Amino acid sequence: MGSLAVIFKRELASYFATPLAYVFIVIFLMLAGSFAFFFGGFFQNGQADLRSFFNFHPWLYLFLVPALSMGLWAEERKSGTLELLMTLPISLRDMVLGKFLAAWVFTGIALALTCPIWITVNYLGDPDNGVIVASYIGSWFMAGGLLAVGSCISACTKNQVIAFIITVVVSFLMMMSGLDIVLGWMPNWFADWAIDSIAALSFLSHFQSISKGVLDLRDVFYFLILIVGWLMATAIVIDMKKAN
Amino acid sequence: MIKIDNLTKHFGQFTAVNGLSFTVAPGEVLGFLGPNGAGKSTTMKMITGFLAPSLGKVTVFGEDAIEQPLKTKRLIGYLPEGAPSYGDMTPKQFLRFIGQVRGFSGAELNSRVAQVIDSLHLENVLDQPIETLSKGFKRRVGLAQAIIHDPKVLILDEPTDGLDPNQKQEVRNLIANLSKDKIVIVSTHILEEVSAVCTRAIIIAGGRILADGTPTELEARSRYHGAVRLLLENASGAEQKIAALPQVAKVEQESGYLVAIPSGEENLYQPIHQLITDQGWQIKEMNIERGRLDEVFRSITQEVA
Repeated sequence: MGSLAVIFKRELASYFATPLAYVFIVIFLMLAGSFAFFFGGFFQNGQADLRSFFNFHPWLYLFLVPALSMGLWAEERKSGTLELLMTLPISLRDMVLGKFLAAWVFTGIALALTCPIWITVNYLGDPDNGVIVASYIGSWFMAGGLLAVGSCISACTKNQVIAFIITVVVSFLMMMSGLDIVLGWMPNWFADWAIDSIAALSFLSHFQSISKGVLDLRDVFYFLILIVGWLMATAIVIDMKKAN
Repeated sequence: MIKIDNLTKHFGQFTAVNGLSFTVAPGEVLGFLGPNGAGKSTTMKMITGFLAPSLGKVTVFGEDAIEQPLKTKRLIGYLPEGAPSYGDMTPKQFLRFIGQVRGFSGAELNSRVAQVIDSLHLENVLDQPIETLSKGFKRRVGLAQAIIHDPKVLILDEPTDGLDPNQKQEVRNLIANLSKDKIVIVSTHILEEVSAVCTRAIIIAGGRILADGTPTELEARSRYHGAVRLLLENASGAEQKIAALPQVAKVEQESGYLVAIPSGEENLYQPIHQLITDQGWQIKEMNIERGRLDEVFRSITQEVA
């Protein structure tokens, strides 16, 4: 087994060794379900689709994903296991990737456990399952993007609470960057192309375009590049900040 | 063979390690001594590849630790300070994890894990989360992790810190029993440990090497080397009379004992014994000291501070 797989396995198992996994999954399922039913008007819409369900995923992830990512590196730094890990014959790339993939697969498990709601709409009506599959993929990729952001921020500190708060703030900005709430802060002298690029970085617009059922490669690439970029930043931060 | 050449580490303005150079050959158990903040841990972190040196070079059995980090990490077993491990894992899971990272699988993995469990007596705590274990057991799990791949180089940062005397003895026996072709580097500030397990000791302070030799050689630097320690009865005026001997530099009182410190290389035993016989004093105890490492340590390191 390669060291990437060993790290991945250990990390994934560690979620289930503590109550973290169960708390996360239960809260996620409860919130995802109740948002869809109460706020999203799942029944009142009278439509056999899961839009009311997926619409709330960005806001759920905004708080739940940082809770998952905050410990990725901060905990290793605090308990001193970072030193142990980094003196084992594992490349930094395998460490960063193994940990990220474990967290990403974990969110995938939580997401997969929402399938009863999918079964329900298929029982009640005749939804467009292509759109639903695309939405699941979009949702999972968005979780991955947020996890990569959180991984990098967790690598910067040994305090999980700080990692959590900063990740929430950064994620919020990245999510909203296409909306006026963020764009309004940009100074006037910013060139139009700069403002357009910032707007184009929005999580929300890419997620929404995927969840309309158009699995455009550009949207998938957006999330992949985001993940790769933030993971590379994670590796750089860890390498630079080993001493303290 | 570990070769360390002009190893230097700066943290901002602070120089933690300042141009260290030494080599360690297989079979040597090197004790790394120094006050807190002397640069012991930083040096070990650079040898194990955790920290990159600001200057200088580390070579482990011909492999450059900076150019070939994965190769050298395979050769080294390392117990970091405080023996960190994953608290939510059990020793069994943790050791299997380390074994897998070290590239073992199947029957080989099982036998390696069984072997270190046996040599560190972890049988009774195998399935308890590590965070619930006592300090002594945590330390032993850390040691087990360091030796699971039978490394050519073993680096232990304060392996006996916080252990009770029995546990300390066990760790020392373990180090002493490691096969003779290994390099062992142990940092400690417990000086008795150096005489007990090390074949060589390096004293560092302020990031520099202040002394390098066998424990016996270091003890010989002590002003108590060759001193005679006496407990006498019916010996009035003994202190003055012994001090008057030409071979004696000084006589000190130490909780009822008299300690005669030699003025040169000459043996003190003969002249003092002669004097005692002549005076008709009674000897309750009399021995020759080898020297005191703690005194050498203090006098050497305080010159720097």
